[in-house]
Amino acid sequence: MKEIFINTGNKDTRSGFGAGLLEVGRKNPDVVALCADLTGSLKMDAFAEEFPSRFFQAGIAEANMIGVAAGLALSGKIPYAGSFANFVTGRVYDQVRQVIAYSNTNVKICASHAGITLGEDGATHQIMEDIGLMRMLPNLTVINPCDYNQTKAATIAVADYQGPVYLRFGRPSVPNFTPANQTFEIGKAIRMIEGNDVTLFATGHLVWESILAAQELEKNGISAEVIDLHTIKPLDNITVLQSVQKTKAVVIAEEHLVAGGLGELICGTLSREYPVPVELVAVNDEFGQSGTPEELMKKYGLDAISIVEAVNRVLKRK
Amino acid sequence: MLTVTNLNDIATQARRDIIRMVSIAGSGHPGGSLGCTDLLTVLFNKEMIHDPKKWRRDGVGFDMFFLSAGHLAPALYSQLARTGYFPLNELYELRKIGSRLQGHPSVERGLPGIHVASGSLGQGLSVAIGAALAKKLRNEENFVYVLTGDGECEEGQIWEAALFGAHHRVDRLIAMTDWNGQQIDGAVDKILNLGNLQKKWEEFGWDTLIVDGNNIEEVIRAFSEIKSLVGNGKPKMLLCKTVMGKGVDFMEGTHKWHGKAPNAEQTEKALNQLKETLGDF
Repeated sequence: MKEIFINTGNKDTRSGFGAGLLEVGRKNPDVVALCADLTGSLKMDAFAEEFPSRFFQAGIAEANMIGVAAGLALSGKIPYAGSFANFVTGRVYDQVRQVIAYSNTNVKICASHAGITLGEDGATHQIMEDIGLMRMLPNLTVINPCDYNQTKAATIAVADYQGPVYLRFGRPSVPNFTPANQTFEIGKAIRMIEGNDVTLFATGHLVWESILAAQELEKNGISAEVIDLHTIKPLDNITVLQSVQKTKAVVIAEEHLVAGGLGELICGTLSREYPVPVELVAVNDEFGQSGTPEELMKKYGLDAISIVEAVNRVLKRK
Repeated sequence: MLTVTNLNDIATQARRDIIRMVSIAGSGHPGGSLGCTDLLTVLFNKEMIHDPKKWRRDGVGFDMFFLSAGHLAPALYSQLARTGYFPLNELYELRKIGSRLQGHPSVERGLPGIHVASGSLGQGLSVAIGAALAKKLRNEENFVYVLTGDGECEEGQIWEAALFGAHHRVDRLIAMTDWNGQQIDGAVDKILNLGNLQKKWEEFGWDTLIVDGNNIEEVIRAFSEIKSLVGNGKPKMLLCKTVMGKGVDFMEGTHKWHGKAPNAEQTEKALNQLKETLGDF
């Protein structure tokens, strides 16, 4: 294994978002931001303080926030509208559908605390259906970066992309291992580790777990390729197929339900283009519960150990 | 300068357009469209600063109009076509496959005059507020207009927007409620009573005015009066009393023509009551 990943210190991806928002706000005067009473949680305070006239507190009224963001966008502004993932997807699905996706307005939907690692607040706040909900909507680009640096880069990059974006990030402190000040290319998968026996596709927090799994597998002589699919829609099918044609076995890992997730998406592509054995590391048809992020990742099988086990299963079917 | 007589002629022709469009399409919403036509006629032919030939989706440099009650699309399409946003003959295409004149307003096929999709109710006021904020950020003096239905005010999002508009002092926003007292299932009072609409909006921090929305002279006066308050930081709401189905006796004042097209005989009967003032499409 040539690639060596160094965790430069745990950081939360939401802070990457906050830092990216401030930076892109300084660069681009058309950037505005809205938040539904979670400014601190989303780390949007710095932007709000530096650009008070470009920040709109929406209060606990997400439906209106989505509409106002759409109005700002169609009028030439670049609004970043933020709340917890649950509250900017499921709660406002019809608003996102009509005035953002169908109307193709240049709104950046910023979804923090996504997935089960929201932790102690429990299942009412832990959405694991959001990738599915958002990727079903035509026109919407869906991005789920893996660490602080990548989230910051993605936050900056989406301002230059004309069109609606769903940007998904999380609450817990997790390893920060991708390069600082990287250039983020929407829709371009990143091969983190080259390998020959199996491909591990991952998105969000599960990219680091996949790297740990690949390091573990190497000890047993298994060469795993790890690919970071930070952009779920549009999916980088070329990179996906190139890798699978080489390894002929796949594990897909995500902090999401199986239903509607990245795994199902890739399975769709593979079943049409290049059928091979696949194992999914995702949550089955159930809700989460309270617990620390680490406990929950373990309990729901969203960690390196589960990925290694999935690899062992898939290799038997190869 | 158009006189009140001119405007009444435009409104009558728009009503003919609505009946003919919906009849040709075989479906659509004639009742509310007829009811809001006087309002839209004043807006598009007198009140709004707009230039159909220079229309841009971002609305920069012009007034903007949002139809939150998207099912009133036939009324809007008639105004847009007759003020030159697109060819009059395109009104034949309402609700047809591949048409820019979708059953509810859509931007997907690029119909000039439409800034955002609407039809799923309760959303247009928020969008209009966003557009007004963008104008404020650009220090533009132009107005943003938005029309909602009264039944639509049963949607919670309307009241979220009401709070937001007042809190953020969006005062170059002129909202209008098409207050016809009817919705699909019957009278608004019977379905989900809105109580005292004027008091509600006033309590939410808006300037309000009740106006006869089917009286062109009164509508003109109301716009002038409400605009005189601009600068006080409050968003504006014109509560426009209208008659659903206005202009066609058998459609007036009933929810039965909310979403139903007239048959050939009914179409003829309706058109006999509406003089062809400017030539049919």
